[in-house]
Amino acid sequence: MPDRLNNSFVLKLYITGQTPRSQRVIARVHQLTRERLNGLCEPIVIDVLEQPQLAEQDRVLATPTLIRQFPLPVRRIVGDLSDMNQVIDALGLDVYPAAENGRPIPLA
Amino acid sequence: MPQNLALAEIEKLPTGIAGFDLIANGGLPKGRTTLVAGTAGSAKTVFAAQFIAEGILKKGEPGVFITFEEPPADIRRNVASLGWDIARWESEGMWRFVDASPLPGEESVVIGRYDLGALLARIENAVRSIGAQRVAMDSLGAVFGQFSDSNVVRSELFRVASVLKKVGVTAVMTAERTEEYGEIARFGVEEFVADNVIVLRNMLEEEKRRRTVEILKFRGTSHSKGEYPFTIMTAEGIVVIPVSSIELKQHSSMVRISSGNNTLDTMCGGGFFRDSIILVSGSTGTGKTLLSTEFIAGGLKAGERCLLLAYEESTEQLFRNASGWGVDFAGAVESGQLKIVCEYPEAYGLEDHMVRMKEVISTFKPNRVAVDSLSALERVGTLKGFREFVIGITSFIKHQEIAGLFTSTTPTLLGGTSITEAHISTITDSIILLRYVEIFGEMRRGLTVLKMRGSRHDKDIREFKIDSEGMKIGRPFRSVSGILSGNAQHVPPSEIERLVDLFPENS
Repeated sequence: MPDRLNNSFVLKLYITGQTPRSQRVIARVHQLTRERLNGLCEPIVIDVLEQPQLAEQDRVLATPTLIRQFPLPVRRIVGDLSDMNQVIDALGLDVYPAAENGRPIPLA
Repeated sequence: MPQNLALAEIEKLPTGIAGFDLIANGGLPKGRTTLVAGTAGSAKTVFAAQFIAEGILKKGEPGVFITFEEPPADIRRNVASLGWDIARWESEGMWRFVDASPLPGEESVVIGRYDLGALLARIENAVRSIGAQRVAMDSLGAVFGQFSDSNVVRSELFRVASVLKKVGVTAVMTAERTEEYGEIARFGVEEFVADNVIVLRNMLEEEKRRRTVEILKFRGTSHSKGEYPFTIMTAEGIVVIPVSSIELKQHSSMVRISSGNNTLDTMCGGGFFRDSIILVSGSTGTGKTLLSTEFIAGGLKAGERCLLLAYEESTEQLFRNASGWGVDFAGAVESGQLKIVCEYPEAYGLEDHMVRMKEVISTFKPNRVAVDSLSALERVGTLKGFREFVIGITSFIKHQEIAGLFTSTTPTLLGGTSITEAHISTITDSIILLRYVEIFGEMRRGLTVLKMRGSRHDKDIREFKIDSEGMKIGRPFRSVSGILSGNAQHVPPSEIERLVDLFPENS
């Protein structure tokens, strides 16, 4: 069960250019997937300056924007993810405690 | 320092919106952003869409439409009635949407700081991909609705405006207002697009809706001032009616045309001038419709194309009336020499009536026009709206250098004036009064030429009768005074002689 759940996480991160803020938010998302999703979810990073048509498709206005494409419902987090606890809450990761020995443990 | 720098004029981009370029002295400032502010329902979206549509239709200039409020599908559908096929333009690469409308059913939270970099990238991408020269953003207020941090949104929109400026496109941004006369727009958006501001209004006056457009400012360039009425026509969109920017520069002609009545021609010193406006004023039943029928008959006889705009009677009634006076309207309509347009005054607003009248005059190209009656249209609009309408339509007719005859009904049976006369009398060339004259318990009809610009005319008040051949103008009322004031009094002939003797001609 847990493995299937982990694999089904799809995250997209939209940024504008390789600015310090972009680097910071990329690092935070990587940290999050590593700690909370056992590194099984590889976030897709999209630079709107390079691929504006993808931003058009996903109708993204603000950067950074993190989209939880799966599981449904689709959720968006706008901002530089400065408060990780809130991010965990918003992504619905609060049901998993921090990874232990590289494996996430679902709450009973 | 180069001196001609200060003289370098800001170029204007003609929008193609009917009438607007006239009041904007050529169009919107080119390569700049103009704020279009208005309350709910003031046609902001139509203005924005029309700005792009006219560019495509009239100039072949591609445009980008950024929507923050309505989804593109709604806009495509809503403007279809205005005759714009956006879907086709999109496939032709002339129109591109940037869809920034709210996503329904998607949860969204804000954690930390952000900017609108993605929006900016999308706009730039859209503009470059089709080589857009026009950009419309609708509406700024909705952006503030999507993001809670107004300061971020304001500074980001400022960035959008400066990017648009840098790219060199001419842009229109719409913004909400809460009241018709108050701050320019909500959220202080005018601070970053302050150079050019247009205000659209949709006011309720005397239970009638009235739309106006006002150019508040064009920095560094000229425009007409004040509010101008506009209307939204099917298959056309916004049509601005540039009333007070009309110039008095029509030519004047010395050629006379027949009024259709020989005696009246003589009274006018040989007929009406070919390019004159004639007002016929009288109370109900005095013979206004008859006079306009004679006017049209005179034109038909001379081989002219005639147009009759009727607001009181149907075509059938007009045919019957005319044949009762020995004029064959039905035949003339059949041969195409005469066109009769009958409409209920209440069917449209005044602005719409005006646009329709102009259209039929432009397409039919008549030599003379009769409007029976102008005063019937009074009740459709407000006082102010009616004045603009009268001035607008009369000056349009004058510019066509054709003769226009308007009838106006006075509210009182004897004497009196109407609103129509108050508005029109200064711009008419001729005024003919039709009046009831009560003499010893009998109602008789009188006619006088009150004014005949540029010509001598008969000063008598003459009696006329109506028979199967039309109007028969007879002799002047000699022993009656006070007809015009509606207070006719019989004066014995001896008294007239005595009065004449008081002012000897040789003194």
